[in-house]
Amino acid sequence: MLALLAVLVPTSATAASGLPLAAATEACAPTPESACIGGTIRTAAGEPAVGVALQVAGVDETVDATTGPDGRWSAAVTSAGTYTVTLDAATLPAGETLRDPAQNPRTVEVTLGQSAGALFPLGAPSTGGGDTDDPPSGGESTTPAPEASGEPGLDSPSPGARGGGINWDRVAQQTVAGLVFGTLLALASVGLSLIFGTTGLSNFAHGEQVTLGGILAYLFTQVVGLPLLLSGAIAVVLAAASGWLQDAVIWHPLRKRRVGMTQQLIVTIGLAITLQYVYQFFLGGSSLRIVRSNPQAVNIGPVYITQQSLISVGIAVVVLGAVSYFLLATRIGRATRAVSDNPALAAASGITVDRIIRLVWTVGAGLAGLGGVTMGLYLNATAWNMGSTLLLLMFAAVTLGGLGTAFGALAGSIVIGLVVELSNLVIPSDMRYAGALVILILVLLLRPQGILGRAERIG
Amino acid sequence: MSAETTSTLAGVSQEPGAAKPDPILVADDVTRRFGGMTAVDVGHLEVQRGAITALIGPNGAGKTTLFNLLTGFDQPNSGRWTFEGRQLAGVPAAKVSRAGMVRTFQLTKALSRMTVMENMRLGASDQPGERLLQALVPPLWKPREREITAKAEELLERFKLLEKKDDFAGSLSGGQRKLLEMARALMSDPTMVMLDEPMAGVNPALTQSLLGHIQGLRDGGTTVLFVEHDMHMVRHISDWVAVMAEGRLVAEGPPGGVMANPAVVDAYLGAHHDTDLGDDSLLSDEVAEQLEAEAEAEAEARSHGQAEGPQTDEGDR
Amino acid sequence: MDWTRILSNVAGELIAPTTAAYALAAIGLNVHFGLTGLLNFGQAGFMLLGAYGFAISTIAGWPLWAAVLVAIGCSVVFALVLGIPTLKLRGDYLAIVTIAAAEIVRIVGRSTALTNLTGASSGLRGDSYKETFQELSPFDDGTSTIGPFTYANNASNSWWVRIVGWALVLLACLLIWRLLNSPWGRVLKGIREDEDAVRSLGKNVYGYKMQALVLGGVIGSLAGVVYVMPRAVQPDSMGRPMTFWVWTILLLGGAATVFGPVLGSMLFWAALMLIKTVGRELIPSTVMRAEQIEQFGWIVVGVTLMLLVIFRPQGILGDKKELAINVR
Repeated sequence: MLALLAVLVPTSATAASGLPLAAATEACAPTPESACIGGTIRTAAGEPAVGVALQVAGVDETVDATTGPDGRWSAAVTSAGTYTVTLDAATLPAGETLRDPAQNPRTVEVTLGQSAGALFPLGAPSTGGGDTDDPPSGGESTTPAPEASGEPGLDSPSPGARGGGINWDRVAQQTVAGLVFGTLLALASVGLSLIFGTTGLSNFAHGEQVTLGGILAYLFTQVVGLPLLLSGAIAVVLAAASGWLQDAVIWHPLRKRRVGMTQQLIVTIGLAITLQYVYQFFLGGSSLRIVRSNPQAVNIGPVYITQQSLISVGIAVVVLGAVSYFLLATRIGRATRAVSDNPALAAASGITVDRIIRLVWTVGAGLAGLGGVTMGLYLNATAWNMGSTLLLLMFAAVTLGGLGTAFGALAGSIVIGLVVELSNLVIPSDMRYAGALVILILVLLLRPQGILGRAERIG
Repeated sequence: MSAETTSTLAGVSQEPGAAKPDPILVADDVTRRFGGMTAVDVGHLEVQRGAITALIGPNGAGKTTLFNLLTGFDQPNSGRWTFEGRQLAGVPAAKVSRAGMVRTFQLTKALSRMTVMENMRLGASDQPGERLLQALVPPLWKPREREITAKAEELLERFKLLEKKDDFAGSLSGGQRKLLEMARALMSDPTMVMLDEPMAGVNPALTQSLLGHIQGLRDGGTTVLFVEHDMHMVRHISDWVAVMAEGRLVAEGPPGGVMANPAVVDAYLGAHHDTDLGDDSLLSDEVAEQLEAEAEAEAEARSHGQAEGPQTDEGDR
Repeated sequence: MDWTRILSNVAGELIAPTTAAYALAAIGLNVHFGLTGLLNFGQAGFMLLGAYGFAISTIAGWPLWAAVLVAIGCSVVFALVLGIPTLKLRGDYLAIVTIAAAEIVRIVGRSTALTNLTGASSGLRGDSYKETFQELSPFDDGTSTIGPFTYANNASNSWWVRIVGWALVLLACLLIWRLLNSPWGRVLKGIREDEDAVRSLGKNVYGYKMQALVLGGVIGSLAGVVYVMPRAVQPDSMGRPMTFWVWTILLLGGAATVFGPVLGSMLFWAALMLIKTVGRELIPSTVMRAEQIEQFGWIVVGVTLMLLVIFRPQGILGDKKELAINVR
């Protein structure tokens, strides 16, 4: 129950249509024109919970429902799409709590003519305040949500820490979680940084490159049935190929047409929207588990970590090392840094800037793909919006490290990872991304060149 | 060259930093460093009221940077200066302009997607309709708008741009844009205009009329300070020449004499600077515009502390 | 196939409150981007703050006018907090700061820590704040039918919301038209083109940008109020995608034009409805399920945004000579 709880960006469709609907409290039967959302709520003791108020909010309609004497509730809706079901915790029978408050509200995908369930198990919260025997990071005891269909969000890299005070075990746990998350974030962010450095483009579609890696890994393991390592490798190669293709089809022509940077930035937004819904179109809005079996936990001192996370971090460290070697010690790597430093000068000294940029797109997208695979393993699942959820964190990391400097992206990612995980200790965990975003804003205001960048002559 | 101004300046010593009989602008110890490089280090500079002063020097001498500092477009590491006795160090660019010191730019900043007339109107001061709430009530600003328009037409007439008044500024040639920028700067009746390479990128046919306009300004009582790096251009119109090299003021004097100054020869030759290579005044309009477009497309550094040329502009990311 | 139903659905979108809300939001963004060249990617943040401000103060028992003032006040404060430090930054930095700030508003708003105030992620239920607005309606309760449209007079998705929403849109258009053709608008246009040039002419560029940011934000917050009138205040439905749709609408209709945002909003929502309804009629569910048709609609939106920006950045109503998206 630890994985993938809250939903950071569940907004899928925001279409509006005119017809208001009366709240349906009586039992609902789906017709070809309508659908039902419903469930039964029982107390921890198994008795029906009566009079619990719920609200089903979709894009164009909001329906209220209350549980009947048998604990059942249902709501009729007239259009398909994603609905947010919210249980009013104040209306629960006395002494009852949601077993997992983070799963309230939950989102449900609705298809016309069918019924969809939204379950709210009651009982003692499963994650107690900060006991160390509570499996923390990565969620080894992940049981898929009762109806896994409605979980498009991947907000919770380490949902373990909630509530409780600060104790050293938790600090250690969160620090490790932060380092792991930061390392994986670095893998995903390096491409963003390299692309910004060489082309000046803030690529808002970079998150979708990360998602692509996760989704491809899912497809090859779960649909094709290949072993994880092989499908991971294929995913990375295909992701890199997509970067090459993207530059060839979109960005190179745009540079040739001298399309302005602002315009290109908006194009990346269009691309991000397109890709997100293409992913949803083919794979739906639910979370996709790259590996079905429950991950094995490893216990290092007071710190728990899953094998998947360990392997992911291992791969990430090796690859990041290789990238550093490439940038520092190879001719092409030096050329890349030269382009990043000053494209005009680099061009004048005989570097084919366009070929370097193509290479950067390919490598950057490949790394983002790998970031997506490892992040998907670490988070225990991927989804259509995994990357877009991470996008602003990646921007924060890249900006913090100094826009366009690859090593800055590494350092920045680690810092952001730590901030995100450690802020759990002091602020509610559903606000912890906000901390990273505040840092992003402060850095842009106070030291736009980043922690590793150098102050430059302007103009 | 006007005889009276020349005679006023006749007694002035030909030392860098020489005191003028009636200085409108006085600068002291102005320095600006970029990283390790000192771009500007001017000990003392006075600019004579009502005269045309040329600020010359090879590429990279710090002329434009000094301009940027004096007009509030860049912040110095140290220094202070007064304009008509008023302290202007640290004053934002817009206020400098409102104080009566209006500048133009080396890479023309004609607002290309506005018409020539709108460009001119923007240059005017005291338009109440430029305040948000007054803008909602046309009777409050229409009368002033008519005055502004009349004045703009008169200036455009003088600068031979009147028939272009409804064209987009972007459709003008490079030289016409320079003219427009200068005319626009005059809309607020400045006491002093600062022209950054007014001749750069202007075709020779227009150069003469530009020079004429600059002289006309002086004759109308406006002080002119302009940057140029080609000595020959300035010889005919300036009353006084200040020479910069490597950020310092190295010589001053009347245009006839200053070229003979060994410090000037040194600045142009000794520093291994080629006066002409890379000089965008030699580039055709097309090339200059292309470079400008590139610089825009790069769009990295905002033009605070306007770079010395498009190449450097691109390099600053 | 039931063409009458499809057409009346599509036509219904043209006057829907959501369409009005988005048109209003796009008008606000037009002040930022179209007139001034500010890259505000946080318009949804202004809308969400407006919605929260209105709903929370109404729930606290404040009268309608006070609640509207609170909504406006929230957006003014947000604009100032954002603008004071960032308006001196490069354009793309402003973009990242605004998008992050809007996310922060949403994340904080949906946090369980604020459940008592904002209702956390489930938001605030519509019934809890609609009353003062509906009481103001001159109509009696019931439904009215005009042409093919039948709506309640006052209840949430009503004629009353439509009338007020579109009246606000009209007022905003009038305001933009007046400002666009005033010396104030001229200064903004100059700033959009080249702020250093405008600075050299003695205008306080920073002050003008701030005025534009505040004005556009205020219009955005009113859009937020209109948006939540027929539904609930749901932080997660007012996130980044909303900002992106507003941008698409503005660029579709034409930035820096008076009616561009309105036309853009109408086309945007009508086209989505058309795709949805026609798709459901024509495409067998074995080929595309209902939600896939909807997703297909959004894919079309994304592709449209890309093509628009590349091939017709001035949008439908814009003049290419007057507007190119080229912000420093």
